[in-house]
Amino acid sequence: MELWNIFIRSIFIENMIFAFFLGMCSYLAVSKKVKTAVGLGAAVVFVLAITVPVNFLIDKYLLQPGALKWLDPSFADVDLSFLSFIMFIAVIAAMVQLVEMFVERFAPALYASLGIFLPLIAVNCAILGGSLFMQQKEFTHVSEAIVYGLGSGIGWLMAIVFLAAIREKISYSNVPKPLRGLGITFIITGLMAIAFMAFMGIKI
Amino acid sequence: MAKKKKWKDLLVDPLNENNPITVQILGICSALAITVKLMPAIVMGISVMVVVAFSNFIVSLIRNYIPNRIRIIVQLLIVATLVILVDQLLKAFAYDVSKQLSVFVGLIITNCIVMGRLEAFALANKPIDSFLDGIGNGAGYSFVLIIVAFFRELLGSGTLLDKKIIPQSFYDAGYVNNAMMLLPAMALITLGIYIWVQRSLYPQLTEKE
Repeated sequence: MELWNIFIRSIFIENMIFAFFLGMCSYLAVSKKVKTAVGLGAAVVFVLAITVPVNFLIDKYLLQPGALKWLDPSFADVDLSFLSFIMFIAVIAAMVQLVEMFVERFAPALYASLGIFLPLIAVNCAILGGSLFMQQKEFTHVSEAIVYGLGSGIGWLMAIVFLAAIREKISYSNVPKPLRGLGITFIITGLMAIAFMAFMGIKI
Repeated sequence: MAKKKKWKDLLVDPLNENNPITVQILGICSALAITVKLMPAIVMGISVMVVVAFSNFIVSLIRNYIPNRIRIIVQLLIVATLVILVDQLLKAFAYDVSKQLSVFVGLIITNCIVMGRLEAFALANKPIDSFLDGIGNGAGYSFVLIIVAFFRELLGSGTLLDKKIIPQSFYDAGYVNNAMMLLPAMALITLGIYIWVQRSLYPQLTEKE
C-alpha cells in the first residue's frame, strides 16, 4: 500500500516537471515531435529506475552519518554526506555509460531509437533531482527507492509526450509572432501544471 | 582597444541579446522553482555565477589536456567539486536560504548553463575570456531570475525581501494577495510573458519557423 502511494504521488502529485521543473532543458528542446519525445521519455524512465536505487544504496551504506558502521564500529561517527553530489553525479554518468553499452549489445533496435538521447541524459536535471529528492525523503527500504525512481520517470515521460502532442497541433494555429516557439511553450506548460494541481492532496 | 571591447561584449551580451535563459534556452531547470521569493533567487543567481565563472576558467586552463571521449565526466567532476564548495559555504553563512534552496543547489551541477557554456565556450577559448563569459552568463541568468522573483513575491505575498511593500490601507480597502503567483505554474507563465515582452522589444530574437 505504501509503495502504491509513493508510485502514484511521484507520477501525478510530485511530477518532476509540473511541480519541480526538473529536466526542463531537454523537455523544451525535444518536445517538437511525439516520436522523439517518447524515445527520450523512455530513456529517462530507464535511467531513473536504475540510478535512484543505486544511489539509495550508496547513500545508505556509504555516505549517511554513521553509515559506515557495518565496516567497523569505530566508523560510527563518520559523516560523508557532503560528498553526495559528486558521488551521485559520478554514479549517474557511469550508469548511463553502462546502460548505453548494454542496450547497444542486447537491444540494438531500442538503441537505434534512443540514439543521441542516452548520453545526454547524464546531464538531465531530472535524473540528479530524482536522487537528491530520494535522499531528502529518507526512504527506509530499497523497494521504495525503486518505485520512486520508476514513478518519477513515468511522470516525466507522460509530461513530455503530452507537451509534444500539443505542440504538434499548435503549429497550425496563429500564435502572436514574439510569442512563437519558446514563449508559448512556457505558457502551455504553465497551464498544464495548473491542470495537474487537481491531483494535489490525493492519498491512496 | 579592440580587446577591451571584446571583454565588454562578453560581459554585456548575455544580459539581454544572448541571454542564457530566454534566448539560449539553457538552465531553466532550476531557474523556476526558487523564484517564489526574491532572496533565494538572488543567492541562487550569485551561486550559479560563481560556479559558471570558475568552472569555465578551470576547464579552459586544462582544455588542451582533456581527452575528448571522457570530457563530460571530467567537466562534471570539476563542476560538482565547485558546487560542493558553494553548498558548504551557503550552509555555513546563509543557513536559512540554503534550507529554502534545498536540492536546487545540488542541481547547479546539471544546470544546462554550466555544461552549455563549458562545451560552447570554455573548450575553445582562453581562460580569462572564459571567466568573463561565465560572469556574463551568470549575470544574465540572475537578471531573469530576479525579475521573475520580483513579480512573484510582490504580487504573491505583497513583500520584497520579506519587507512589506503593499501598504496596510490597501488590504483594508479589500486588496488580496494573489496566491496563484506562489504556485509553480505561475513561474512558467511569468517567464513566458517576460519572453513575450523581450521579443516584442527586440524583434530580431523572434524564432524563425
